[in-house]
Amino acid sequence: MRELSVRAGGQAGDGIASIGEALARSFSRMGLHLFGLNAYQSVIRGGHVWFQARASPDRPYSQGDGADILYALDRATVEIHAHSLRPGAIVVHDPEKFAVEPSALPAGVRALGVPTLEIARKYTSQSILQNAGGLGATAFLSGIPLDVLHGVLSDSFGRKKGEVVDWNLGASADGYRFAQEHASPSDRALGRGGAPKLLMTGNQAIALGAVAGGCKFLAQYPMTPASTIMHWMAAHSTSLGVVVKQAEDELAAIHMAIGASFAGVRSMTATSGGGFSLMVEALGMAGMTETPVVVVEAQRAGPSTGLPTKTEQGDLNLMLGAGQGEFPRAILAPSHPKDAYTAAIEAFRLAEAWQTPILLASDFHLSESLATVDREEIRPPPEVPSLFTVEPNGGAYLRYAYTENGVSPRAIPGQPGLQYVAGSDEHDERGHLISDTKSGIPKWISERQQMMDKRMRKLTGLARDVPAPELEGPADAPLTFVAWGSTVCAVRDAMAELAARGTPTNLLWFPAVYPVDPARVAPRLTGARRTLLVEANYSGQFGRLLRTETGFVPTARLTKYDGEPFFPHEIVAKALEVGVDGR
Amino acid sequence: MADSSARPGPVPTGPALPVVGKSDTRPTWCPGCGDFGVVAGIEMALKRLGIPSHDVVIVSGIGCSSNLPHFLSSYGFHGVHGRALPVAEGIRWANHGLTVIGTGGDGDGFGIGVGHFVHAMRRNVDLTYVTMDNQIYGLTTGQASPTSQLGQKTKSTPDGVIEVPIDPIALALASGATYVARGFSGDVKHLTDLVAQGIQHKGFAFVDVLSPCVTYNKINTFDFFRQRVYKLESAGHDPADKVLAWQRALEWGEKIPIGLFYRVEQPTYEDLEEVLHAGPLARQPAGLRGLAALLDEFV
Repeated sequence: MRELSVRAGGQAGDGIASIGEALARSFSRMGLHLFGLNAYQSVIRGGHVWFQARASPDRPYSQGDGADILYALDRATVEIHAHSLRPGAIVVHDPEKFAVEPSALPAGVRALGVPTLEIARKYTSQSILQNAGGLGATAFLSGIPLDVLHGVLSDSFGRKKGEVVDWNLGASADGYRFAQEHASPSDRALGRGGAPKLLMTGNQAIALGAVAGGCKFLAQYPMTPASTIMHWMAAHSTSLGVVVKQAEDELAAIHMAIGASFAGVRSMTATSGGGFSLMVEALGMAGMTETPVVVVEAQRAGPSTGLPTKTEQGDLNLMLGAGQGEFPRAILAPSHPKDAYTAAIEAFRLAEAWQTPILLASDFHLSESLATVDREEIRPPPEVPSLFTVEPNGGAYLRYAYTENGVSPRAIPGQPGLQYVAGSDEHDERGHLISDTKSGIPKWISERQQMMDKRMRKLTGLARDVPAPELEGPADAPLTFVAWGSTVCAVRDAMAELAARGTPTNLLWFPAVYPVDPARVAPRLTGARRTLLVEANYSGQFGRLLRTETGFVPTARLTKYDGEPFFPHEIVAKALEVGVDGR
Repeated sequence: MADSSARPGPVPTGPALPVVGKSDTRPTWCPGCGDFGVVAGIEMALKRLGIPSHDVVIVSGIGCSSNLPHFLSSYGFHGVHGRALPVAEGIRWANHGLTVIGTGGDGDGFGIGVGHFVHAMRRNVDLTYVTMDNQIYGLTTGQASPTSQLGQKTKSTPDGVIEVPIDPIALALASGATYVARGFSGDVKHLTDLVAQGIQHKGFAFVDVLSPCVTYNKINTFDFFRQRVYKLESAGHDPADKVLAWQRALEWGEKIPIGLFYRVEQPTYEDLEEVLHAGPLARQPAGLRGLAALLDEFV
């Protein structure tokens, strides 16, 4: 794959995210595909943060394994990232801030000193312009045309006009020209591709998909890495007609969403593992009252507060087991923003179709990384069906009528003649409690069992209705990767690298990790010669689920729980160890 | 489509739709329970206001009193312990044409759910919250509650309660509630007035009802309250004066005030939520609007 990776690093508060986004957006406007990793810490000022923009005419699915250009805002950045610089790489820095000794760099890597502070002083004595010159120089080295960078910068100021915008354009042009005079672009620099692409994070894709799927109410409590779902929704609340409520806690958030859904509005909440732990009881209530609700669980490295800004797939067991007793649920696990969008639409469809909670499992890496999506990949469903579908028929309305697939007609408050009480206690077909004076009485013992059977029949239907596992790559490859969630993306890049070496592999990935329909999974795994399960947690939680549901045991397992996303080279190395030849 | 018939608010033509009455489920409370007076008060208030039963949702948590939604003919949501209010708020925001009443006990509202209680009030969500305050946990067979009095001996406090009880009226005043009242289930007519006015009040209406538990609380009995309660309306109290409301809220002893402590008109959460200006959310179209322009934001 032809690619260019540009990295910028410094302290929190230095503006790394802005530099990263400007570079990323420049590439996507050039019509190139991009993956952008935003690596930061749970601190507002100080520490070390970095951003990597990996651009390619083909879609890069991950941050890749190295960098070709490093814009270092402080000395620590050089020290931390020098080892990942590829031959031919260039380090951009301001000698007025710190020097870069050639001995500090790997062989074949050179430094370009850019007078960013001096450039900034031309325009203002304020410290607001320090990065503009460096950004301009980095853009030149990256093969980004100046007009593209300037378009991105102008747009980033929105409708704001005036000297700050002019200063930024001027200083970035100065840096660009300085680099032009003193260096040439990276050998790996890429030309323009096709039409500009959309650039979005997994969370933005989820929010967009949720609205496309009919979401009109979001209640949420801030928690990294789910908060940006609320930010995007809040920014679009009035234009899209979505009520966004920041709740007092996650308990309130999910109960508000369930209340709104009960009253006829497709609703969602989003959180990370800690907040989801608080939502567990309500999840069961949604299952028991058969109220649709979509819950986004953007996992971060746990347990407890864990690593709030680092990634993991460690909450699968929690999502599978959340809630006392048993009730139907499904867990969707998109891998990339392009399928996070469709997963959100699907989550809303499934929640309504099966009147039960649907979990959308994301993780820090998916939620916060930036990736390009083609316009054609954002297709809204033709229409969002009305929820007011049940009509009184003159007889007694049975909200929880026993049906073949377990789904009963759902009335919405405000509809005359269909009043019922949704109960978190066990109830009969009308919704009357059987928990108090009836429980344990023979007739009602059997009612309880029938009602459980009715609800749990929905799980059987869900198993066939959720997106099926997908096989990517040649069917007869000697090694099959098995993965879920954002890890799938790193596997795809590893597969591309292995294929480039002449060793094709394939991948079975699970857009829905639960429920598992053994009939849809087993045939795709029994034919595989060797299998390598890849997931980002300590104990191999998905592997255990697959074994429980299908009996499948992988040839080998690659787990990771250091908080960092998978890098393709780690997967390539493990694949070579397991064996990618035909034997 | 049932769509048009489901539109909230009065139906202009055709026969009048039934208003809230009793359901075909009989209350399971102990004979003599204070909560009988409260369900009667809510039923009579809704009848007086003539609100059709399909436009009413009664939301509760868990506890003896939280079974209340089952005993009336409206829509109901009988959720989990302590979470009636966020469910009720979600219902209001989904369809602000509905009349939403939260019900529950002192453990539900002032113990496990006290966080939601405070926040619902500061938001001034337009709903009515009626608590059946018996100062004890009944359904779990008699432990101390957040409103149990100091020194009260219960199963969980055999040597007497050593925590200062929550004062729900004072808490409501401090939290920004715009309608704060106390009723007594021994005076259903008075309680009915308080609930009816609360439903009519634009904003969060809180009615804390002294509703004795005849089984587990042998101190705060009907007789206990009959000897002590007096009506604020008869005492010349001005519910527009918050300072006076505070003074009355602090009275608890030989004399216990019931009636309306405080009322003020302020914009509701629903008034201030711009999206709801276009009508009840449940009736608004769903899906992406202006896709091309929306996607341009991602370029």
